[in-house]
Amino acid sequence: MTDGTAREALRAHSPDIAAARARRWGAFYYAEQVLRVMKGYGWSIIMYSVGHPVAYLFAMGVGLATLVDAQGAEAFGGVGYVTFVGPALLVSASVMTATNEFTFPVMDGFKWRRTYYGPHASPLTPQQIAAGHIMAVTLRLLLQSAVYFAAVVLFGAAPGGWGWATILVATLAGLSFGLPLMAYSASITEDKGQFALVMRFIVMPLFLFSGTFFPLDSLPLAVRWVGWISPIWHGTELGRVFSYGYQQPPLLTVLHAVVLVALAVLGWFLTRRQFAARMGK
Amino acid sequence: MEVPFHLPAGSTSLRRVHNKATMSSGATGAVQPADEPPTEARPTVITAENLTKTYGDVAAVDGISFSVPAGESFGLLGPNGAGKSTTMKMIGGVTRRTSGALHIMGLDPDSHGPEVRAHLGVVPQQDNLDEELRVRDNLLVYGRYFGLPMSYLKPKADELLEFAQLTDKAKSKVDALSGGMKRRLTIARSLINEPRILLLDEPTTGLDPQARHILWDRLFRLKEQGVTLILTTHYMDEAEQLCDRLIVVDKGRIMAEGSPAQLIREHSTREVVELRFGSERNTTIASELQGIGERLEVLPDRVLIYAHDGESALEQVASRGLRPLTSLVRRSSLEDVFLRLTGRSLVD
Ligand SMILES: Nc1ncnc2c1ncn2[C@@H]1O[C@H](COP(=O)(O)OP(=O)(O)OP(=O)(O)O)[C@@H](O)[C@H]1O
Ligand SMILES: [Mg+2]
Repeated sequence: MTDGTAREALRAHSPDIAAARARRWGAFYYAEQVLRVMKGYGWSIIMYSVGHPVAYLFAMGVGLATLVDAQGAEAFGGVGYVTFVGPALLVSASVMTATNEFTFPVMDGFKWRRTYYGPHASPLTPQQIAAGHIMAVTLRLLLQSAVYFAAVVLFGAAPGGWGWATILVATLAGLSFGLPLMAYSASITEDKGQFALVMRFIVMPLFLFSGTFFPLDSLPLAVRWVGWISPIWHGTELGRVFSYGYQQPPLLTVLHAVVLVALAVLGWFLTRRQFAARMGK
Repeated sequence: MEVPFHLPAGSTSLRRVHNKATMSSGATGAVQPADEPPTEARPTVITAENLTKTYGDVAAVDGISFSVPAGESFGLLGPNGAGKSTTMKMIGGVTRRTSGALHIMGLDPDSHGPEVRAHLGVVPQQDNLDEELRVRDNLLVYGRYFGLPMSYLKPKADELLEFAQLTDKAKSKVDALSGGMKRRLTIARSLINEPRILLLDEPTTGLDPQARHILWDRLFRLKEQGVTLILTTHYMDEAEQLCDRLIVVDKGRIMAEGSPAQLIREHSTREVVELRFGSERNTTIASELQGIGERLEVLPDRVLIYAHDGESALEQVASRGLRPLTSLVRRSSLEDVFLRLTGRSLVD
């Protein structure tokens, strides 16, 4: 260590400036950190983002669709099967990624590797740490959905001019499921395999019974409620409106958007509260 | 030979540290006003009044009060679970207090968390580096949290890596570092914002002796530059060398307060005789030692006789026909104060 005489030019700014900047930009600073970590496993993110849509669209569009479309397109609102499932797969993939990003990394932050506690000792606030994490994941969801949408287009499954809006819808759906889940993750102090249960008993049923592979109406009423409370269903229905002009009452379209936004906002609110309470202990 | 912290050529400060240590260990037994700098002249940077933190029924910190003037090196000493880390976390603005008042640079950390934390450099007891990032990136990312620009951070990170002798490891993942290296990186990270107040919770735990000495030197230089150090440690020599003033804490309360020399004067005798009779006999022989010196302390492995004149106490032992396996006369240290006040020895 030098005495600093030779490096007089190299001075940190004052604590007042540091605090003011952190108050204003703190969430972005933390988002930057999360993105740096993601860059560390960038390849697997890319492989997943490209591989997932290609595999699913190929299986559905080339495999299953040939059988289904032979039955006539009426069952799927007059469009080809791959056009029907495209937005659903896009939305589901976003929800799955959000599930991953808002479970294990949150546990890592609070418990395993305690990655939240380093920044917590800096001028950042717990709320900013939560916000930064969310911003980074949102960016990932946007990029992943954009890649997915490109694949949907390549498979000729997004005939409308508004198809690009499904990128936003999928990201929103990811957050509307992911943020309440994040609040839950932040409340877990003992790992008893809760996340495996969430995957098996919440995410999978939602994926299967949210009008993903067949219209929700074709399910008996007894299970149809699963779809009604599912962000995947709301996101998928909204996505279909944009993707191929799926006909539904405008009020219903608005309702889908409202439900998604409401869940995301609720999740954000609970997450902030949970982070502040847990880190201030 | 690997030197864990880089020592600049021609440094004399290590010797200074040692000089100071001899002075403050009370070896001369004389009152040394120079040892306790005037506190009135300097602004107070930290004040705590009746600071309390409870977890459920446990009072981790139970109404402690102290204040620290700028530039002082202030130590917290105490056995495991005494409440040192909890106090540090409240000062660091990462744990909310249950009651009492606390101000850092005149600011309440509960209402001005970011402003308080912007003043601090923190070495927590438990390393919380980002294990997924590379060594150098850990410094850069941390500096970003203070809004520091990359143009400042890049050269600063290199400088701190050099200081912590981790330059070769700059590109390694933190996972791949040894425990002591992680500790050094955490210490380097705490300096990224050039803080004027440094909180060090057992900073040298896990460091090899050489790394410890060089860190002491570095801390001493920071102190010379007027940086306020708040330090907890289980090493008495560290406390004696680094702290101008310290508090001994036990069960969340302050047991004693003062400079190392004062504490030794007030709570121990000038000298100590250490006798070993073998672990079987230490306890049984204690009764035969009664009356020698001022006080007797029986530990599992040895018996301590507190006396003003160690040699004459040792002669009395011999005149009673007792033959210890080994005997040693030494000056009292903070270790003895600690033992006296908390009833526990400070084995880490
Ligand atoms: N998060 C927590 N929840 C409940 N109890 C806690 C928590 N943190 C600390 N404690 C309790 O508070 C007391 C003081 O703990 P603290 O960590 O401050 O001790 P310490 O002096 O730093 O000890 P050590 O020398 O072992 O580091 C202990 O009894 C501990 O069990
Ligand atoms: Mg501690």
